[in-house]
Amino acid sequence: MRTNGWTAEVVGGAIAFFARAITAVQAVWTGIDPTLQRQRVYFANHASHGDFILIWSVLPPRLRRQVRPVAGAEYWEQGRLRRFIGSDVFNAVLIARNAAERQADPIAQMAGALDDGASLILFPEGTRNQTDEVLLPFKSGLFHLARTRPDIDLVPVWIENLNRVLPKGAFIPVPLMCKVNFGAALHLTENEAKAEFLQRSRDALLSLSPAAKVTP
Amino acid sequence: MNPVHSDLLTVIARIGGVLVVASVIGFVLQRRLSPDGQNEGIENLNARIRAWWVMAIAISLAFLAGRTGVIILFALCSFAALREFMTLTNASRADHRSLAAVFFIVLPIQYYLVWTSWYGLFAIFIPVWVFLLLPIVSALSGASRNFLVRVAEMQWALMICLYCVSHVPALLNLDIPGYGERGVLLIAFLVIVVQLSDVLQYVWGKLIGRHKIAPSLSPSKTIEGFVGGSLTATLIAASLWWITPFSPVEAGLMGFVITIMGFLGGLVMSAIKRDRGVKDWGHSIAGHGGFIDRLDSVIFAAPVFFHLSRYFWSVS
Repeated sequence: MRTNGWTAEVVGGAIAFFARAITAVQAVWTGIDPTLQRQRVYFANHASHGDFILIWSVLPPRLRRQVRPVAGAEYWEQGRLRRFIGSDVFNAVLIARNAAERQADPIAQMAGALDDGASLILFPEGTRNQTDEVLLPFKSGLFHLARTRPDIDLVPVWIENLNRVLPKGAFIPVPLMCKVNFGAALHLTENEAKAEFLQRSRDALLSLSPAAKVTP
Repeated sequence: MNPVHSDLLTVIARIGGVLVVASVIGFVLQRRLSPDGQNEGIENLNARIRAWWVMAIAISLAFLAGRTGVIILFALCSFAALREFMTLTNASRADHRSLAAVFFIVLPIQYYLVWTSWYGLFAIFIPVWVFLLLPIVSALSGASRNFLVRVAEMQWALMICLYCVSHVPALLNLDIPGYGERGVLLIAFLVIVVQLSDVLQYVWGKLIGRHKIAPSLSPSKTIEGFVGGSLTATLIAASLWWITPFSPVEAGLMGFVITIMGFLGGLVMSAIKRDRGVKDWGHSIAGHGGFIDRLDSVIFAAPVFFHLSRYFWSVS
């Protein structure tokens, strides 16, 4: 049970307000209807610590209350403030990165959250992209999750410009306009192999990026 | 109630009246021609009118709040405009510090200089000090790729979105004999004439526009719209002489100059949008686009209006 419910609500609102003030973020609903109350796994490109905050702040309140980001336990369990923000404000599903030391199976953790009725925000690159590549190769987590819960909508979400707002090593965010583009939901098809599915979902995400619009 | 306030309330009431008329026309058009929202032009017109209500209320409240309110309003406009402009530039990771300095140091200082009416520094702070210091900050990052482009774009953004916009509240600092504390009405004159000119050019263009002025830059601007709009705006400027320190003829001339500057400013800003392949600067103002889409003509008119007023009417 969440103990600091009221404070968490206020802090969450303040973080969303701040994110909007800096980025004037605009949601683009290319492939899904935001008024539809559905359970989804939003999978997005990951270049900045603020990524899930941006997705979270453009979701309509009803969807926002239901959504939980999947994040690294090592980072979000350090110190009281991070624990408060990670657990109380965003209600994150915390995954231990170090496979050797972890107690719980990450896929089981995510599936459990889905079974409780939550939607998830997932970054299939596994880590923040600090390279010049547009998008890193996907880790296999998305595939295993799709195989465990094949009925859930997997929605690609492209976050545009946030890496310029808060680049690697910077502490002060610079105000630039951001967009969050939601694509059409996809599912694992029957007999689809891992590599095939990961390629297909990665392509779906890439097709939402502005670079894809320039060179069709 | 002092005379500044009663004049201001009269102006605000008339703006409200114009908006009521516009809203009624928009409503009737929508009922007749677009009952299910199928006519895009009319839907956009109504979105624009609704946004005008919000903008008129915001600026009226700032006027009534006085000097501090006006300065804060235009500082926020500069912030939003800079954010839109910088998004379309080539500014890279290496410029992060420069950008942070622009938003969180240069912008507050420029408006602080307006607030303290320190004209000497206000006029040179960005064109001299920031012009020289900012490229130094970017150079210290060590990244030379696209350096001139990056730095030049940043300087341009600063001049357009910050320096020029800050000349609007700076009108409050002019010391015009016999005009007293009525600076806020001078701002109202500038903003009303420039914005009405935009609206009237749009209306005349929709009604009788045939010949495009600059089809490669801005497909919606027509010769008929431009002539009709700027002449009507000039007449309205002359009729507003009673809120200015000008005679009716002078007010008309001033109105004509800022109308022309506003129109040409719109063309320049359209050229930038074309170059960057976007239709609007942003999406913050429904029906209009971004802040710069609404401010572009004010940006080019304000410094010219400021300096003409200062040279011919002000004693300081």
